[in-house]
Amino acid sequence: MNRISKLLLCPMLVALLAAPFYYATAAEPAKSKAAKSKGKTNPEPAPASAAADPATTQPPVQQYQYSTRPAAVAGGANPFNRLLKVAKIPHQPASSDEIHDPTNEGSMILQPPLEAYEGLPQTETGLGNGVNWVKALDDGNIKPRWERTDPSAEPMVMDMNIVRVPKSSMPDVVFPHRQHTLWLACSNCHPDIFIPRKGANQINMAAIILGQKCGVCHGKVSFPVSECKRCHSQPKKVAVNGGGPTQ
Amino acid sequence: MWSLAIVAVFIDPAPAVAEYGDVVINNYSDAAGMRPVVFPHWFHRIRFRCKVCHADLGFKFKAGGNDINMYKIIEGKFCGACHNGKVAWSVKNCILCHSGNPGTPIQIHESTMQELAVPTNPLTTKK
Repeated sequence: MNRISKLLLCPMLVALLAAPFYYATAAEPAKSKAAKSKGKTNPEPAPASAAADPATTQPPVQQYQYSTRPAAVAGGANPFNRLLKVAKIPHQPASSDEIHDPTNEGSMILQPPLEAYEGLPQTETGLGNGVNWVKALDDGNIKPRWERTDPSAEPMVMDMNIVRVPKSSMPDVVFPHRQHTLWLACSNCHPDIFIPRKGANQINMAAIILGQKCGVCHGKVSFPVSECKRCHSQPKKVAVNGGGPTQ
Repeated sequence: MWSLAIVAVFIDPAPAVAEYGDVVINNYSDAAGMRPVVFPHWFHRIRFRCKVCHADLGFKFKAGGNDINMYKIIEGKFCGACHNGKVAWSVKNCILCHSGNPGTPIQIHESTMQELAVPTNPLTTKK
């Protein structure tokens, strides 16, 4: 074992010692002086590979320069979720909500939302304003006027539910006229947004998200579209075809 | 590296934290050297039903779609129906409405359209 290792080591040592000069002269045979000085000052470069390779007149193979590669930065091209915006604390007062100008004196006078929401019923999800406005109205927490100058005016409420059966597997939609007529006049929706006739309105979620049909209000001011269950509230009656599209 | 990562997180364009339903109206404000108007829906719906503005006063369901100007307001139309010093404070309180950050575009804050993901690298998008 000892002998074999010694026998192996000796030529390797010789090769290592000779390699810088050999390498330098092989690379630049014309400039021997420069090569020698270079070899003295820089005796490192790849001795084993240079020694193993046969003497070629080609310059040494340029190794891939890892240092020139731009360093990958977390949060550069590969953050955790590049499309998800950073969540912020909701219901900020006007002085720090990033839409009001904090240098404007008026912004400081405006009422902070959370002060107004005190005592109002909250929604489960907390989305949007986080306030269940209809419940607040029903419970008498708020008394919004129906007429601009007459606090005693009362709306004409129509209590009629309309059930819509989505083609998808989502639960059926129950549209309650009561909650809507508490806030709105008939002319707000009919006939511009919804034709008041059964089967005359094609509604889909894409249109709603783009701000049409229900999306004229829901997803802007009324409760957000992400509160799915508040509209899709009635379990689907499984049809003969297993809940597939009806006709 | 860590500091870079932390900086990247903070620089990431985050949405403003204004209240759901806040409308920024900037039809003429910026051009006229005024701050854009921020209309808080939440504040108004505590005091009035939707019908009062959207049926009686003729506000369309469209941010920036009503072509409101100060002349109309002083005449008693749109905001001026209430903001006349009788129902609500008068139009002389300029800075209470004109309180938005200069340059803020017309928008309904936190609307579904704002929540849709947009390309992060505009150079790669087709125009």
